[in-house]
Order: sequence, then structure tokens, then C-alpha cells
Amino acid sequence: MQKEFLQQFQNIAGHKRAALISDQDQQLKPLLKTHKINESEYQTLLGIVGRRPTLAELGVFSAMWSEHCSYKSSKIHLRKLPTTGPEVVVGPGENAGVVRLSGKLCAAFKMESHNHPSYIEPYQGAATGVGGILRDVFCMGARPVANLNSLRFGERAHPRSHYLFAQVVKGVGDYGNCVGIPTVAGSVSFDKTYNGNILVNAMTVGLIHEDRIFKGYASGQHNLVVYVGSATGRDGIHGASMASDSFSSQQSGERSTVQVGDPFAEKLLLEATLEVVERKLVVGLQDMGAAGLTSSSFEMADRAGNGLYLNLDYVPTRAQNMTAYELLLSESQERMLLCVEPEKWLELQQCLARWELPFAVIGLVTDSGRMQIVKDQILEVDVPVAPLAESAPRYERPYQLPTRSYAVDAELRDRLRSRTPSDLLLAILADDGDKQRIYRQYDHHIGTKTVLGPEEQGAGLLWIRSDWSDGDTPYLGLAVATACNERYCAQDPYLGAAQAVLRCYRAIVATGAVALAVTDCLNYGNPEDPDVMGQIVAGIDGIALACQELKTPVVSGNVSLYNQTDGVSIAPTPMIGMVGKHKDVRKAAAAICRDPGALFLLRPKQLQHYLGGSMAAKILDLQQQREPIPEPHWKAEREAALILQRLTEAGHLLAARDVGAGGVLTTLSKMVLHQNAPSLGFAANIAAGVPEAERMLHYFGESGATYILQVKPGVDLKVFVGPLHELELVPIGSVHAGPSMQIDGQELKHVPLQQSAAASLSI
Amino acid sequence: MDRNRSTGNPRIGLVQFPGSNCDADCIDAMKRLFHIDLLPIWHDTANLPPVDGLILPGGFSYGDYLRGGALASCSKIMPAIKKFASQGGAILGICNGFQVLTESHLLPGILLKNAFQGFICKNVQLAVASGTSAYHERLAGRSYKVPIAHGEGRYYVSPDELKRLQDQGQILFQYCDEQGQVSEKANPNGAVAEIAGILSENGRILGMMPHPERASDTLLGSEDGRFILEAFLATVL
Repeated sequence: MQKEFLQQFQNIAGHKRAALISDQDQQLKPLLKTHKINESEYQTLLGIVGRRPTLAELGVFSAMWSEHCSYKSSKIHLRKLPTTGPEVVVGPGENAGVVRLSGKLCAAFKMESHNHPSYIEPYQGAATGVGGILRDVFCMGARPVANLNSLRFGERAHPRSHYLFAQVVKGVGDYGNCVGIPTVAGSVSFDKTYNGNILVNAMTVGLIHEDRIFKGYASGQHNLVVYVGSATGRDGIHGASMASDSFSSQQSGERSTVQVGDPFAEKLLLEATLEVVERKLVVGLQDMGAAGLTSSSFEMADRAGNGLYLNLDYVPTRAQNMTAYELLLSESQERMLLCVEPEKWLELQQCLARWELPFAVIGLVTDSGRMQIVKDQILEVDVPVAPLAESAPRYERPYQLPTRSYAVDAELRDRLRSRTPSDLLLAILADDGDKQRIYRQYDHHIGTKTVLGPEEQGAGLLWIRSDWSDGDTPYLGLAVATACNERYCAQDPYLGAAQAVLRCYRAIVATGAVALAVTDCLNYGNPEDPDVMGQIVAGIDGIALACQELKTPVVSGNVSLYNQTDGVSIAPTPMIGMVGKHKDVRKAAAAICRDPGALFLLRPKQLQHYLGGSMAAKILDLQQQREPIPEPHWKAEREAALILQRLTEAGHLLAARDVGAGGVLTTLSKMVLHQNAPSLGFAANIAAGVPEAERMLHYFGESGATYILQVKPGVDLKVFVGPLHELELVPIGSVHAGPSMQIDGQELKHVPLQQSAAASLSI
Repeated sequence: MDRNRSTGNPRIGLVQFPGSNCDADCIDAMKRLFHIDLLPIWHDTANLPPVDGLILPGGFSYGDYLRGGALASCSKIMPAIKKFASQGGAILGICNGFQVLTESHLLPGILLKNAFQGFICKNVQLAVASGTSAYHERLAGRSYKVPIAHGEGRYYVSPDELKRLQDQGQILFQYCDEQGQVSEKANPNGAVAEIAGILSENGRILGMMPHPERASDTLLGSEDGRFILEAFLATVL
């Protein structure tokens, strides 16, 4: 095999070069426009290539320099994120970030968007989104153990919402279920900001031994380059540049650029990849994600400082007469590029054949420093590798930081006062809906690690048994969460992003786990609009602030820009994913109550109730309101985390939940009104001594560093916790058996509330 | 039977198709609960190694884009499994394994798409139907909390065949409520007669949609699966 390709490579000078693109303005200009390469980028390109490019070369540059692959608008700002820490093993820049859990056991994880494809073809778009993020994690040698997803749809009344919702959820479920990865947590919401541009963000967490982390290097002179996985078709051509484009409403017929998923092929690829890594059969591997063969080959060559010779005649195809351009840019799914030493080739073939995967040697590593690609005896691509990556455009786009003045919004407060607690709670629970409709379609038990699953509506918690961890941590836990409150971000892009990190932090803390690290998926509108660019800068600053304060570095991430339709950008949605470590899953606190028990509120001493971006404001239907969102209180957040960890370790908690959207009353109701236990009720005093006019604010106002705790009988919590600095611990009542709910002596309408909570998410 | 003499444990094979994805969970549960190492058997062999029992795990054997287990019933290993069954071998088919057993006619009936067409993952309660098999005798008298996770788990047989199953005591598990009452309301997928698991005529082959290997520790929500796996081991022993 090696000999054959070496001979071909040595004859490369004899090949005719493919036709160069025209330099006539009339032809050049539209060509550059469809490839989204501007005039100055084209000049850089000419400098690198040293002549006019071939069409395939133009396609390669277009893909590699797309926003999706190059982060050209966000890179200079992303540098501000904290990315290091004692537990960080691999930071940003690789396929996934890696953080240490215990001894040599690590978690590899990342979140990625598949927004544009999912809007065009929701089932396949969502399914291949899951497939892509799985490959990012397992191509590092990690075995995926948990999937999460964060979905954002337009308002429920919008004509397309139901179709998009049903198909996206089915796509996510069918793919993950078939590959056999449990979906253990997630978040979903409906808001008119996503009417023309939904968000489908998928996250995968895998386990890996520190010594076995695998990186995508094409190293070793004349080693073989091997293509593995599904055959290449015409699907997804220009996916990377599509993801970097914005929509117009006429465009939703653009189905041909959406990839089609084959989860069975993914399962085979997963097992084969992990076996290949385990048996050390290859020197490098990289999945073919966005920009397919192009990005995987360039990235592998670039990391190793090598060149590659590729012959596209050998690429397995499933469409006829595919051109070099199409073969290089296809985003057909479930494919990997491997670099193998000739001595291992036979063994590798046997392994791949056992998994019934198509494979082919398509080239070899060279010391030319150039990417030289041949098809049908024609030299289609011949460009230097390193300059293409190094010279990727970086834009310091002009930006306008958001400036808004906040004030007490009299109309909002009037409307709030005019409602009864029962009525508003009913409306909030109805709006929230029962998420079973979603997570029942996701296998969340497979892998037999799920201790806390999606029923909890909080963090997911996995039991990592001794087959993975060291013998001395038999009840090690891995906590995972994802969240972003887009209402907060719309109101305040800076603190809203910080609150997204905090929301994940609190969900993880509530189980008793220690938060470790973050992945992010930054969904924003058009970066060429200075206001949107300002939101991006503010959002990154907000994440950086929170991650520094909470000591949770960002180890991987993804940027999705141009989320706009007909010129209207979405609300900033910096989705956060977080992992944490639990010492003993036997003691983990659930997020819902299953038995009667005493209730406490752990909250800041100087508690403020905010209405900006609140659930109450959404339900009260104010289009514009001027109230601020909760100001983070970092010391209180950290103190709360320590207390939760101590309480959990002592085994004192039955349940714990952070107070989130909808405030204390909503959170308490969600803990009690659920489908997983016999009928429970509560009697609680939340606003004792508060004037009547202020009570609704105490029930539905939102804040931070606040948790509702349900304690095991016989525990004197106050004595155990001892003196507090920023926080106070307040007994508020109890959960009891039987259908009655009392708040500050006032009876709530239990039956309609329970019906409302049990009603399936209606869309 | 020729047992593994060093441990006294039965030798139980685990049939692995390329798309099996509950195989590792079965291996882990049998090891954790009973200290038994399952013997993995890859699908492309025509001969079984010497085993005392077989487990067919859940998953998507060959992708199952056609129908769960349809392709697996034509796989290279299937004649050997059929031969093992004809000799009275003990077999447990879970979820996709159950589909493979019905598609191969080792068990009667068929598994159709769930009544509401979607995938369902949840805990269900299983009641033990009337019958005299070793499974019935061992498991009767209580209900079991075990999770399901399937898109095609709606068991169907013709009315005549159903009557035969009932008369011969081949129905083992039926979906029931928390109080143990079998009811249509407790049936998650529309299966005929609320059937969740059935036995072969000789009582040696059990096919069930719920996953006992997942209900293997209270931390995972239930440990009732242990009793079902124990009952399978008892038929092997």
C-alpha cells in the first residue's frame, strides 16, 4: 500500500493542475461571494497559494476560513476566558476539553450547536448534531457516558414550532438511543426570539484515562492516511459556511446541504475507534466534522507540522461522478481520518473489518509541508498547510457594548400585585409544562450509571463504578448540567452570561457535587452588527467573570454566529455546560421530594428579589421592562456550595434544589408536584411579616445563592451548619403527605396546580 | 452439563451483534450481583463455545432500520442459537434480544412499534402472570419495578395464539400499576394483554422488553432486576 502511494506521490510533478479560477471580475466576484471570501481575504489567499487558486482550493479556503471553523470574529475575545486550573488536563483547541475526576480518571466533554441544519431539516439536523459531538469526544479516546441537550424553540403559537419541536426531540432521541448513550439532563424553552432560528445545542461527556488521551496528529514520514466510516455523498456540502450564514425566510427549502445521520454506523465507528486507540493501532485520528475531509486532513497535518498527499480516487463514495470539490467539502456523517504506520496496517484492517466499516488508504504523510490532493490524475489542490491555518483571518469587529439603564418598573409591579399567588403559579406551571414528553423519548438509563436523571429537572448524576475509577472511590459521581436563561441575557448580556454559568453551578452544587469545569456554546446573531458584536463581547466577559469567581475554567466550546432571520438576531444565548465531581453518590440529594420532611431555605442575608428577565415578567407579558436581573453575589454562592457539600457528605439531605426561574414558590412547587411520587403537599412560610403588597415579590422574585433544602428527620440543621457569613438558614415549613399546599397560611389551589404541573408540555 | 469447574459458576454466553448496546450493562450487572463473568460471543461465528445459558442483550443489532431483530434473525450465529434452544438450552432475551427471539421464531408473536409510535424510557411495574414454570414459581407473589426503553415493544399475537399462551402458562410478565393490578392504563406500549415478557413452551427461553440488568441497584432506581436475573440463573443451574 505504502509503495503504491509513494510511487504516485513521486510522480506528482507529472500531473496536470486543475483549471484555475478566472480573474475576470464578472466571474470572480460572484464566485468569491458564494464562497464568502472578501476582497482582503482573497488577497491573503493569493499570497499563500502564489497564484490564482483552483476551484477546489477556493472551496478549501472558504471552509477553513469560515466563521464556524476559524472563529474569526470571536477568537480575540475568547482569549479572555480562564482556561487553566489544577484539574484541567486538556484545555480548548482540541476536539474536547478534559478535566480530572479522580486519580487518572478524567472526563472529556464539549458542547456544540447544530442550529442552522436543525431549522432546515429538524430531524436530521438534530440527529447529526448529536452524532457530531459524540465523535468529538470519542475521537480523543474517551467513552461517551452521557448526553445532554439544550433546545430553544420559537413561541408555541408559531406555526412552525410544533413541527420543529417534535422532529428535533425525535432526532436527538433516535440517534442517542441507537448509539446507546443516555441523555441525562438538558434544558428547553420557548420564546419568540427563536421564531425564525431555533437552537439545538448538544453536549457529550466521556470518560478517559489520563494516559490514553488521543490527539489528532498526522505524524511519521510516509505513514498511511486511512479513511474510515460511511461512504461520502453530496450531503452537507458547504455546511460549515452555511452555519456561518444567516437565514432569510425564503431559504428554508435549502435541504440539500443538510447531512443525514446513520446512528448504527456511528456505533460501529465508536467501538472501532475506541478499540483502535486501546490497541494503539494508529498514531493519530480525527473525525470529519464541519468541512469534512478538508478540515480533518488540514488539522491533522498542521498539528504535526507535516504535509499530506491524498488521492481522492480511493475515497469510498455513494454518489456518482463526485468532483474533487465535492469530495473535499462533503459533510457526510460518521467518518474518521486515521494516520497509521505501515507495520500496523494489517492489524488495523482486521479491526475495522470486524466492525464492518468501509475503509480505504487514501494517501500518506509527506515532509513537503504542503497539502497535495489528486483526483483522476489531476492535481486539484496544492497549497502549503501551515500558512493556511496561521493566516486565517482574525477580525476585531467594531462593537458597541450594551448600555441600559435599569429602574423599578411600576407597571410590572402593579401587574404582579394584581395577581394571586395561586393564579400566577398556575400560569407559570402551565407555561413550563411537564417535560416527560421530551425525556421519555430519550433512553436515560442505558449504561446503568444514572443516579439522578431528567426526572429531577436539575443536574444529572452518574455513578462511576470501580471498573473506571480507582478501587478506593467506589461511589464516585459525575455531575452534569446545562443551562442558559435567555431572558436574563436579553435584559443584560453581561450578567446574563454570568448567570448561565451560575445556574449550572447551582444545579451541580445542589446534588452535593463540586463544580469542576465548563464548556460553552455561544449562540449569537450577526457579528457584523456592532450591537450584536457588543453582546458577544459582553457575554464572553460575563462567562470569564463567573468562571474566575467559581474556579471553573472553560476547557472547550463552540461559537455559533449569524443566528438571525430576515435581519433580526436572536437574544444572546451563551449556553453553558458544566461537569462536577461527587464524592459519594449514595448521599446525593435529589432535586424533587419523594417523602415528607422539614424544609429550610438557605439564602443570602441581604436577599433581594429581582424581576428583570424573571418568569413572572414573562407570564405577565410585558414586552419591554426595565428591571435589572439578579446581581451575582459570589461569596454567597461559594459559601452555599460549601454548605451543600458538607450537608451531603453528612448524609443529612433528602432533597435540595436551587431557586431558579419563577422564584421560591415556583421552585418549591416543582419539588413537590411531580409524577414520581405519591401525592405530596406542603405548608411553608416564605414571607412571614412581609407587608401584603410585597408578598408576591418574595414568592416570585428571582435571586441567587438560594436553595430549598429538605432535611432528614432528627437532624438539627442549625447546629450542624454553625455560624454563617453571607447566608442565613431559615426553617420554612414542611412537606407532607396529602393534597394541600399552604403558603403563609393561605391555601393554594392544589388540584388545578397539580393538573397544571402534570399536563404535558403543550405545543 | 459441563460447568466451569474452577468456580462452580455456570458458563453463560452473551451474544453480541455489532449494534448491541446493553451488552456491557449485562456484563457489569452479572459481575456485580453474582460474580459471574459472561462470555462474549461475537455474531459472526457459526459455532457456540460450550455454554450452559445464553443472554441476548438489548440494542439495535444491525441498526434495525427495518424492524428490530429482523436482520439478526438471519445472522450467521442464529442456527447455532436455534440448535442450543432445541436442546433445551436456557436463553434470556432482553429488549432487542426479545425481538431477535420472536423474529427467529424461538418465541411466538411479534414486537410492533409502540402504540403512540415513539420511543419510551421509564420505570414500569411487572406482575407475574399465572403459570407453572420454574420462572413463575420463583417470581410469583409480588411485582417488580424494572425500566423499559424501546420504540418497538408492543407485543402482538393473534387471539388464538394468545389463548394458547394463556392456557399453557407461557405469559410471565404483564404491565401493572404500583398495587400490582394489571391494567391497560399501566401498559406503556399497547401490547396485547399487557404482555411484557413470555416464555417458550418448555419454559426455558424468556423474552422480555424491560431491562432487568438496569434494575440492579437501589442507587439506579430499583434492584428488582436481581430477582429476575436470579430466576434465569436458576433455570441454567
